[in-house]
Amino acid sequence: MKQYIGRRVAYSLLSLFLLSLTIFFFVRVTGDPAALLVEPGASEADIAAIHHQFGLDRPLWVQYGIFMSSLFHGDLGQSFYYRTPVMSLYLSRLPNSLILAVVAMGFSLLIGIPSGILAAVRVGRFWDSAGKTFALLGLSLPSFWVGLVMILFFSVYLRWLPSSGAGTPLHLIMPAFALGWYFAAAHMRLTRSSMLEVLGSEYVKLARIKGLPESLVIAKHAFKNALIPVLTLAGVNLVIMVNVAVVVETVFAWPGIGRLLYEGITFRDFPIVQGVVLMGGAMIVVVNLMVDILYAVIDPRIRLGT
Amino acid sequence: MTITSPADAVSFDVERPARFAFMRRGDFPLVPSLIFLVIAFVAVFANVLAPHNPEIGSLTARFKPPFWQTGGTAQYLLGTDQLGRDVLSRLIFGARVSLVVGFTAVIFAGVLGTALGIISGYLGGWVDQVIMRLTDTWLALPALTFAIFLAAIVGPSMWNIVIILGAVYWTRYARVIRGEVLSLKEREFVRLAIVAGCSKRTIMIRHILPNVVNSAIVLGTLMLGVVIIAEASLSFLGVGVPPPEPAWGLMLSDGKQGLMVGYWWLTVFPGCCIMLMVLSANLLGDWLRVKLDPQLRQL
Repeated sequence: MKQYIGRRVAYSLLSLFLLSLTIFFFVRVTGDPAALLVEPGASEADIAAIHHQFGLDRPLWVQYGIFMSSLFHGDLGQSFYYRTPVMSLYLSRLPNSLILAVVAMGFSLLIGIPSGILAAVRVGRFWDSAGKTFALLGLSLPSFWVGLVMILFFSVYLRWLPSSGAGTPLHLIMPAFALGWYFAAAHMRLTRSSMLEVLGSEYVKLARIKGLPESLVIAKHAFKNALIPVLTLAGVNLVIMVNVAVVVETVFAWPGIGRLLYEGITFRDFPIVQGVVLMGGAMIVVVNLMVDILYAVIDPRIRLGT
Repeated sequence: MTITSPADAVSFDVERPARFAFMRRGDFPLVPSLIFLVIAFVAVFANVLAPHNPEIGSLTARFKPPFWQTGGTAQYLLGTDQLGRDVLSRLIFGARVSLVVGFTAVIFAGVLGTALGIISGYLGGWVDQVIMRLTDTWLALPALTFAIFLAAIVGPSMWNIVIILGAVYWTRYARVIRGEVLSLKEREFVRLAIVAGCSKRTIMIRHILPNVVNSAIVLGTLMLGVVIIAEASLSFLGVGVPPPEPAWGLMLSDGKQGLMVGYWWLTVFPGCCIMLMVLSANLLGDWLRVKLDPQLRQL
């Protein structure tokens, strides 16, 4: 067990190292990073100053050392536009992204789990094909378009919901739905397959042989166990949602991390873009590590198998 | 029947299936294929089909609604945008952008990922470790965010987007192909090739590659939809195909400004096009997956 966890932690550290190397490498290989780090329209002298300030005139490995040491100190650089450290900007936007992700997750589970169960219980029949169609639509509709069409209906024509911004719970409904929609399809698929697996197991057969009504078998015996992988995926997806919401947050002007990334692009504010990408990758590596460890704790077969 | 050669002894009377028999078996996705063919046709003959120049509009004809609404004319069937450009013509030329970017990016990612997957799986050892750790790390990066990051560095252009999407999505091929190679390399024919003295390069190219091409194609069709949405998202955010190129994502981004005033056609039509294209690509990919590769059915 300890050995297993030790190896997973080592792999994750290696991933984080490669992640920083990837970001570092791409910025430098594609041209002069000073051009990205100065504000557009900066003079030659400014660029030279930046070169010196960031140590860009020193050997690559020294530069990487500087880059890493500032990362370890939680320093993601300074935003040009906001004139504040990227880290504090990131942290100030994080709560908004989390709220959006949690509500979106609520929507996606609310849609995904019941439809997945229905598809599994009625496998091969109408509800199953309806579920499949829904999953396919979920994967094929770009979330930003779902968002735009919702604005058209609920804000422009019906005038029920505010089209953009944040502040009231009403502001949350549309972005959360647009973001959760795509994930609902994934949760539906997993619920269905997990439910099918559980329904075919011995203890469910026993429950049926005991004469329990089918509804009780599904609700009490099958559902609870089928839920484990779904909730695990939901946990991972919550972190992914925080990091992929950029288009949805842009459509609804939701002041989260995605919107910060978009501002980074439009204002040519490179430190923001780099910081958001680094933090996103790191968050996902850490969550994957947590899931691996959690699974090893729950299921001994995993840690013995490796 | 007299048996004259061992070949006769093992030949069964198998009816050769008619050329298009696979279509009649009932599970062929006819509608998605037709939609896809229509989009491909429109993209190829965009110059002939488009009624107007997609990049030049007339400022006197701004925000014209589609022809069935009051104020719309038959001259602009699906209306015009904020610069008076014909929406239909832009949609037609947009199909070309989407298809070109989608296909080339998928092929680029596929070639890169398949090559690295084969090398990683066949050579094993530290090469495998390096490639797979890199794959894991890149998979951990949220694809769209990573693409935005790369686009912010190299700057927007259609071919840069192809390279960026290829660089972001090769990891998925590498993972799957490596897994296949691991089991392939234990098979008899590969061992025989080793005994016969084939070089590692020959084995990888002549013996392993043909056996993983099917999986790569299936993955490619499934990735096509993902890549098209990614391209549209990048264009929508302003780091994709640069204006005035008529990309669907860009049209949505322009349409967003007119949304609150009720210029619905600028948003609804490009989105429908993306949806139709991605939906048919996904349906075709699903069908191909079941047909070509039973191993991937659980994917």
